[in-house]
Amino acid sequence: MIVLETLVLQQGDFRLEADCRFREGAVTALIGPSGAGKSTLLSAIAGFLAPARGRVLIGGEDMTGRAPADRPVTMLFQEHNLFPHLRVWQNVGLGLDARLRLDRAQRAEVDAALAEVGLAGTGERRPAELSGGQRQRVALARALLRRKPVLLLDEPFAALGPALRTEMLALVAGIAERERMSVLMVTHMPGDARAIAAETALVAEGRVAPPRPTGPMLDAPEGALAAYLGAAG
Amino acid sequence: MAGGAGELSLSPARIAGGVALALVVALCLGTLLPLVLAAEPGRGIGPADRAAIRFTLFQATLSAGLSVLLAIPVARALARRRFPGREALVTLLGAPFLLPTIVAVLGLIAIWGRSGLASRALGLAGLGPLDVYGLGGVLLGHVFFNLPLVTRMLLQGWGAIPAEHWRLAAQLGMGPGAVFRHLEGPMLREVLPGAFLLVFLLCSTSFAVVLALGGGPAASTVELAIYQALRFDFDLGRAALLGLVQFAICLVLAAGLLALGRQAGFGQGLGGPVARHDAARPLARAIDAGAILFAAAFLLLPLGAVVVRGLPALIAGLPAQVWPALRVSLSVAVPSALLSLALALALAGLVTSVRRGLLAEALTLMGLAASPFVIGTGLFLVLNPLVNPFALAIPVTLLVNAVMSLPFAMRVMVPAMRRAREDYGRLADSLGMSGVSRFRLAVWPALRRPAGFAGGIAAALSMGDLGVIALFADPETATLPLTMYRLMGAYRMEAAAGTALLLLLLSLALFWIFDRGGRWLDRA
Amino acid sequence: MTRLLLASAAAVLTALPALAQEKPVLTVYTYDSFTSEWGPGPIIEERFEAQCGCDLKLVPAGDGAALLGRLKLEGARTDADVVLGLDTSLTAAARETGLFAPHGVSPALDLPVDWDDDTFLPFDWGWFAFVYDRTKLDTPPASFEELLDAPEDLKVVIQDPRSSTPGLGLLLWVKSVYGDEAEAAWARLKPHVVTVTAGWTEAYGMFLEGEADMVLSYTTSPAYHLIAEDDDTKAAAVFAEGNYLQIEVAGRLKDSDQPELADAFLAFMLTDAFQDAVPTTNWMYPAVTPAGGLPKGFETLAKPAKSLLVPADEVPALREEALAEWQAGLGN
Repeated sequence: MIVLETLVLQQGDFRLEADCRFREGAVTALIGPSGAGKSTLLSAIAGFLAPARGRVLIGGEDMTGRAPADRPVTMLFQEHNLFPHLRVWQNVGLGLDARLRLDRAQRAEVDAALAEVGLAGTGERRPAELSGGQRQRVALARALLRRKPVLLLDEPFAALGPALRTEMLALVAGIAERERMSVLMVTHMPGDARAIAAETALVAEGRVAPPRPTGPMLDAPEGALAAYLGAAG
Repeated sequence: MAGGAGELSLSPARIAGGVALALVVALCLGTLLPLVLAAEPGRGIGPADRAAIRFTLFQATLSAGLSVLLAIPVARALARRRFPGREALVTLLGAPFLLPTIVAVLGLIAIWGRSGLASRALGLAGLGPLDVYGLGGVLLGHVFFNLPLVTRMLLQGWGAIPAEHWRLAAQLGMGPGAVFRHLEGPMLREVLPGAFLLVFLLCSTSFAVVLALGGGPAASTVELAIYQALRFDFDLGRAALLGLVQFAICLVLAAGLLALGRQAGFGQGLGGPVARHDAARPLARAIDAGAILFAAAFLLLPLGAVVVRGLPALIAGLPAQVWPALRVSLSVAVPSALLSLALALALAGLVTSVRRGLLAEALTLMGLAASPFVIGTGLFLVLNPLVNPFALAIPVTLLVNAVMSLPFAMRVMVPAMRRAREDYGRLADSLGMSGVSRFRLAVWPALRRPAGFAGGIAAALSMGDLGVIALFADPETATLPLTMYRLMGAYRMEAAAGTALLLLLLSLALFWIFDRGGRWLDRA
Repeated sequence: MTRLLLASAAAVLTALPALAQEKPVLTVYTYDSFTSEWGPGPIIEERFEAQCGCDLKLVPAGDGAALLGRLKLEGARTDADVVLGLDTSLTAAARETGLFAPHGVSPALDLPVDWDDDTFLPFDWGWFAFVYDRTKLDTPPASFEELLDAPEDLKVVIQDPRSSTPGLGLLLWVKSVYGDEAEAAWARLKPHVVTVTAGWTEAYGMFLEGEADMVLSYTTSPAYHLIAEDDDTKAAAVFAEGNYLQIEVAGRLKDSDQPELADAFLAFMLTDAFQDAVPTTNWMYPAVTPAGGLPKGFETLAKPAKSLLVPADEVPALREEALAEWQAGLGN
């Protein structure tokens, strides 16, 4: 379970407050207008940004002062998830060993992870030879291998077409369920939230609202959410 | 009729680029022709010239290699540390490069010379004076000039690594070794060839530094051989031949290295902070502190000597002649910077729009390989029958300075233009924007900041230029550096030191104003 | 764009002379430091214009060698009426251009050597010498031999003969003292040489910074420090083998369109009005000692007992060989 305890994030003029918890082993969507701080929130959970106040707890453990690598978290970015000069298998293998010294068993794990995301046999290619969707699948394969209980998605599928995006979301949902991962997913699309997120939290007006069941929340939007969804048209 | 921008279409932008390229080639390469035509049968290239070619290649390779190698830890430290005075240090990195040679040499000697600070410190320990003269001195001088330049180029490279990659590295728990292998190494592979090339070319045409610190005739460069051919032997043919050798070296190297690496810009280097979780270890901190201290001491001590030598005269008041010279210098530097920018814009447009932009880009590097003596003599031979050379003193100096600073402006503008094209090119195409409106609305906004920076470099370079075109010198239009030389020539060393300091301050100020101007335009 | 520039420049040029055509213009090419504000140029211009009813135009063209180079580039088309500032290492090459006319006078000169050149007239002269700081060097070498034999920690800074006038002077100096042994002499000098600079300015600057005990300059250099700075610590070493002479000359061009003015200028050059400006602006000895004598302070200067000078017409043949010896002896 991810708990945000009287958390305050500050970057220049920007300020975001959060005091809530996200369900374990489930997908939670973060929805809200651009610039509201959805990505900033993920950065703080992943350890890229130190909070001004408050703390982040994951699985009951205080994350304060922990380096990103020491947190039980994998984060997928919108782009640049892969190193362009490394082959696909190397990019995935980094999830097992940052120095890329992989034994035979580990190589097999890499191949299995690639097969799982539907990319069997592409290990020797370079990222530039893959499509956008395939590249994010590689990143997902690495996330699988890392076996961290928390997966943070910072709109990694935003640039994909609707059909492909739906497919990728289904893939993530399947993996998360099987691996009992807690997923926090930033999205602009109410449809995405409906598709895989049991709960949704609104990030707007400097606050993270506690998550609520997705369906009822989107069916009868109120306040800032209504304004956001209305504007999103 | 108005199709898309196909490979062969002649848009106004491409015509402008073509004209700019033709101008550069005519000035750098075309000026060899009148020399050849006017030449009487001469000696050709002799053993001494061959020795000079060998030494030039040798010292330029070493100088460039050393500058690049030392710049890596310095740039890495500056890229991942924030400390008070960091911005000032990054700005001062531009200073050595802008100093007139003789000022820099005297500054270096004040620290590293036989009676310099270092020698005196050694003397306290009972050790003999340092003797840097020779290859060591040449390298010292060239690293002093170019280490800061490369550092800025690399700093830009570090800034260009996507923030996501740093985060990824942090999440995956990469140590310094893995970060170097996966992030910094690949970036350096792209940036270093261009940086090496630029420094190599700068060092290969060096002449006064090599002589002053080289210790003797064994340290003679091609540029000196050209100078000798022109003024000692009056052998125009040999001068042209040596000029060609210089170009050949430049082009071979440029083709090889540009093909190896992608373009390295050396823009602002002050990009937003990226939290660097890989750099927190004590050893990394110690290494960075060492690199920054080394760079600061290596650069600031000689600069400090220039300030200390110049301050008394600057405070006591400089000779009246300095002020008109200042006006002349400014009236050359500012238009020259603008011209350089215009040329760089046109050429960057050309280079990024044609598939084989590499050749065009290599050609713009010729400004670095061109000998000012050859350009001056060639232009004089062409123009003298037509017009009075004095009337052209300012335009010629302006033009030559603009072309000479073009390679630096290009380093900044080409990557920016490429980005602008990638980001907005299709949008502009789809909206049917073309010509002036396309430039004004889609291209220029993305280029204002780098343009300010490039203009600043060009202005400062032009400011520090000696007005090498002695053949066009008009008594009424002495520049500030020339006035400084005249003061020294008239034994007035203190006044000259004050003038040198004034020159340094003005060059930095000019750079700063252009740079800020670009940022201000960008915000407005 | 260049063409536009040319066209507009040409337009301006053709328009200008029409406005200021009343006075005839005498164009004198000279070296840069002569025309500088601290050189003789401004005084001489003012004094000559006061008597000639003309406009004296001093055109700077780098240094002495660049001056000759420029003349060669321009050939018979040159605007110059007079060239001032060549020295005896260049006069043979200058004569060979065929651009100069005989001066046709035989003035009385105060030179340490006889002067019988019918084309070039001297306007000042000096001895090359190694200048040192009296407070730092008690007993300077009294001869070239002593210099070459001195302990290795006696350091000098010299100039490159390929790029500077004093450097060329030293080249000929060593050649006249050592003849066929010149290469060996350079090799013996080598341990004493801190460095070889491109020009006088760098070398003198380095000497003042304390980089060397002695610098190749002129016997008259200490006069500047004494007269202008009231500093008597600088002195020039006189060598027993003799010090090499530099005689700076002027000549008039054959195709000058102002032959009378050119003659008048050459005559003026040897009068007090010109000559008394030379010592404290050019820091050289005047070719004709002015009626008022030399400025106070010049009497303190070291005077070599013997003057060396390679005859001008032998310089071209000797130069190449001497340069090769210099490179061989000092290089590597």
